[in-house]
Amino acid sequence: MVYFCTLGPKQSWSCINWAPAYHLILEGILILWIIRLLFSKTYKLQETYKLTEKEKEDLIEEWQPEPLVPPVSKDQPFLNYDIVTGPPSHKITINGKECINFASFNFLGLLDNERVKHKALASLKKYGVGTCGPRGFYGTFDVHLELESRLAKFMKTEEAIIYSYGFATIASAIPAYSKRGDIVFVDEAACFSIQKGLQASRSFIKYFKHNDMEDLERLLMEQEQEDQKNPRKARVTRRFIVVEGLYINTADVCPLPELVKLKYKYKVRIFLEESMSFGVLGEHGRGVTEHFGVNIDDIDLISANMENAVASIGGFCCGRSFVIDHQRLSGQGYCFSASLPPMLAAAAIEALNIMEEDPGIFTVLREKCRLVYEELQGIPGLKLRGEQFAPALHLQLERSFGSRDTDLKMLRSIVDYCLLVLPNPNLFLPIPSQSCSCCLSRPVLFTPFTTYTKLKALLH
Amino acid sequence: MTESSANKLLNGDVCHRSSSGKKSGKNGFVKNHCLFQQPQKYRRLREKNQNVTRNSSLYKKPFLESFEETPLLVAVLTYMGYGILTIFGYLRDFLRHWNIEKCHVAREREEQKDFVPLYQDFENFYTRNLYMRIRDNWNRPICSVPGAKMDLVERVSHDYNWTFQHTGKVVKDVINMGSYNYLGFAENTGTCADAAVEATHKYGVGVGSTRYEIGNLDIHEEMEQLVARFLGVESSMAFGMGFATNSMNIPALTGKGCLILSDELNHASLVLGARLSGSTIRVFKHNNMQSLEKLLRDAIVHGQPRTHRPWKKILIVVEGIYSMEGSIVRLPEVIALKKRYKAYLYLDEAHSIGALGPNGRGVVDYFGLDPKDVDIMMGTFTKSFGAAGGYIGGKRELIDYLRNHSHSALYATSMSPPVAQQIITSMKTIMGEDGTTLGADRLRQLSENTTYFRRKLRDMGFIIYGNDDSPVVPMMLYMPAKIGAFGREMLKRNIGTVVVGFPATPIIESRARFCVSAAHTREMLDTVKGAVTLNAEYFYSSDTI
Repeated sequence: MVYFCTLGPKQSWSCINWAPAYHLILEGILILWIIRLLFSKTYKLQETYKLTEKEKEDLIEEWQPEPLVPPVSKDQPFLNYDIVTGPPSHKITINGKECINFASFNFLGLLDNERVKHKALASLKKYGVGTCGPRGFYGTFDVHLELESRLAKFMKTEEAIIYSYGFATIASAIPAYSKRGDIVFVDEAACFSIQKGLQASRSFIKYFKHNDMEDLERLLMEQEQEDQKNPRKARVTRRFIVVEGLYINTADVCPLPELVKLKYKYKVRIFLEESMSFGVLGEHGRGVTEHFGVNIDDIDLISANMENAVASIGGFCCGRSFVIDHQRLSGQGYCFSASLPPMLAAAAIEALNIMEEDPGIFTVLREKCRLVYEELQGIPGLKLRGEQFAPALHLQLERSFGSRDTDLKMLRSIVDYCLLVLPNPNLFLPIPSQSCSCCLSRPVLFTPFTTYTKLKALLH
Repeated sequence: MTESSANKLLNGDVCHRSSSGKKSGKNGFVKNHCLFQQPQKYRRLREKNQNVTRNSSLYKKPFLESFEETPLLVAVLTYMGYGILTIFGYLRDFLRHWNIEKCHVAREREEQKDFVPLYQDFENFYTRNLYMRIRDNWNRPICSVPGAKMDLVERVSHDYNWTFQHTGKVVKDVINMGSYNYLGFAENTGTCADAAVEATHKYGVGVGSTRYEIGNLDIHEEMEQLVARFLGVESSMAFGMGFATNSMNIPALTGKGCLILSDELNHASLVLGARLSGSTIRVFKHNNMQSLEKLLRDAIVHGQPRTHRPWKKILIVVEGIYSMEGSIVRLPEVIALKKRYKAYLYLDEAHSIGALGPNGRGVVDYFGLDPKDVDIMMGTFTKSFGAAGGYIGGKRELIDYLRNHSHSALYATSMSPPVAQQIITSMKTIMGEDGTTLGADRLRQLSENTTYFRRKLRDMGFIIYGNDDSPVVPMMLYMPAKIGAFGREMLKRNIGTVVVGFPATPIIESRARFCVSAAHTREMLDTVKGAVTLNAEYFYSSDTI
């Protein structure tokens, strides 16, 4: 072909006559074949089958979904909740029987405090009950702003933000900062709301053994080696450690000073969840940072719910403005949900007032925790888990009775015994999944301790 | 982009489409199987986006909705407006970076300067440069009951909305068109408030435990039975937060191997719940039944992606009233589809419960349908009942299952007693069980107010989205500058409105949203209408340049 092009047109034609016939025919066939290939339809290697209408109809007729919910067996232990009549304070009437309450998270005993109720009523008379809107659309009341500034002042941070539900607090805070591609190091014993927050954030989750700083350091070092392989990616991947101050699931405290050291060594941010330790630990009730004497600015975000010590409803996050202000636009539970009813906010403010006026109550609480801790030691068959100053302790079965169901039945029988058999006033212990947790409130009477000897008798 | 245009009138206009859309197949199967036809290809150009259903016999009264298309000139001007703002945004960022302009943005700690930055610069571009300019239209603090009229805390900013100071004064009697107070139960006097006071005296404010453990008070049981009676279902369960109701119960109902078909414009809580469940999610066009039917057919016929195993369950998730559009779900058609294809229906009635229907029982009542057809009826108490929290109602097996498996019941604190009492009292009032006609009066007042307000605004020529019966009235503004200007001007005239822009709405469809309430009087609505008209003259008039 090149040979053709170098000649002029007249000379090219004469060359065609000169070339052998078979050569021309072959070239012609090749050109036609190329044209055909160019214009023919492409075919896929795996041909997708097309169903006829009748087949589709048959498939639709035949398909049977599963029932919406699996059938619930009748002997499901928690089909009917225990009904509490009257206020859930120190004495509680449950299923008709009056008991001493060892089950509510009423650590400072503020659930039936008259001052708190009075303030809540005053707020109710001024604002009504509901807020009828999210924070962005006329749902911000001056009470909310006051509570936020009081919390920030109490915790000695720059800013605080309030959520209307305790569960939603940490579950909305984590996804606001940690996105897909970021890395979060979490303690194995983290509570359920943290797990939901992590699931919503779509980040990489790495669990380290409960309170095991060596395991955490090992994970951090592995991550550092990964980073050195890919420094560009490492520069935009955020890293977080999420721990609880006082763990709900194990009732022990996290080693905060070591965590802060690890934070600066490996450049990881710390999120601290203080639902159980706010209003409990520390000289003034500021939580685990005060307990250990750690500078509060070292912790990037502290989140707590106001349903335990503060005896209201809702939750808050506090920290530096740089960190907290971001949640006002990207915290889902804050932007897309109605704000906290003002009477509950007013109750929380009054509870804070009480906490600030009288720091002695924290000492009293710790003393009582220590007493109960000592008394509960040494019950045969039951193991006590938790720190000495933890207000919520766990009593676990020392050895398993076979399966989880039998264990649960055993624990339930212990609870029923305390509830029904013991003479008035008797104890109530609730039954979450695997262990009994026994929670304390302020004026614990001494008589219940003697009833524990009867518990020992049961387990023999 | 903009939704389908033109008014949709669905009273049985069969019009000129006679033949079926499908040619007869090779095996002679001519019958059309789809419940809802796809529009013909040879339509006339004018009716290109018209959606007509064949089964308009499902509707007992006319279903009038309108979503007028954005005029072309307005769209162009809006994009230009955003373009100019973006350029200025980059300029300001540049000036801030080189310290020519003072930077008000909060900074990272000195000790943590070499950490990976917590926020990427571009994520906050919109917040820093566009949202900051008009930030004073949101988060306005109030200091009274959020009723028909409210008192706002006056605040000023001396540094262009970076920080606010309260002057100490209160702006009194601002007409409230922003709060979700459909039946006017946001009040601090009356039977509801008195009952709540008693409940506080008796129970206190907090509960301190989960429903599972020891937080189940007798008042909760009473409230749940009442809610079940109100809705017309077998059983119901209440939770402390509406957002959490969705995000914690959808994962308990579906899981891997299930399919969730969710509307385009569903609320963030539904989207989060669907994501947390781990099911496959497919989105259908907003309120578009053809799109939903196509997805259903494809899902059942082809099964799960790649493995082609059949789906375990299909759950359709819709809302009663969509709060940004003001549209009402086409419930009769959804139920017809659900029955045909054996799917389950999750109906979120956050805005429609108490606000729609002759008896206030929500969107099911509005269409005159049987509540047993809806598998899961969910709603919130925040809007029409003046309380807080959410509920789920349905068959007894469903609720029993949720009592044991819902994340909220097991791990989250139960509802506060005075809030529960408020729900009980307000619900009894609506049902008429308190012996007065207050509930019926309010329901009638709400529907009259809605019709009147929508008609008046439409007569003035404003573009109003949504269904004619929905108390949520979005009025289109489109341009970014108008968002700020409208909000501020209305406040000057003592009316509090809500303006919404990106990212809650598509970028060129910013709007002002009015929430009509039974507590509004006709004079208040006339005042609002007059103020909006004055504003419109101010903005649209060619004299003011």
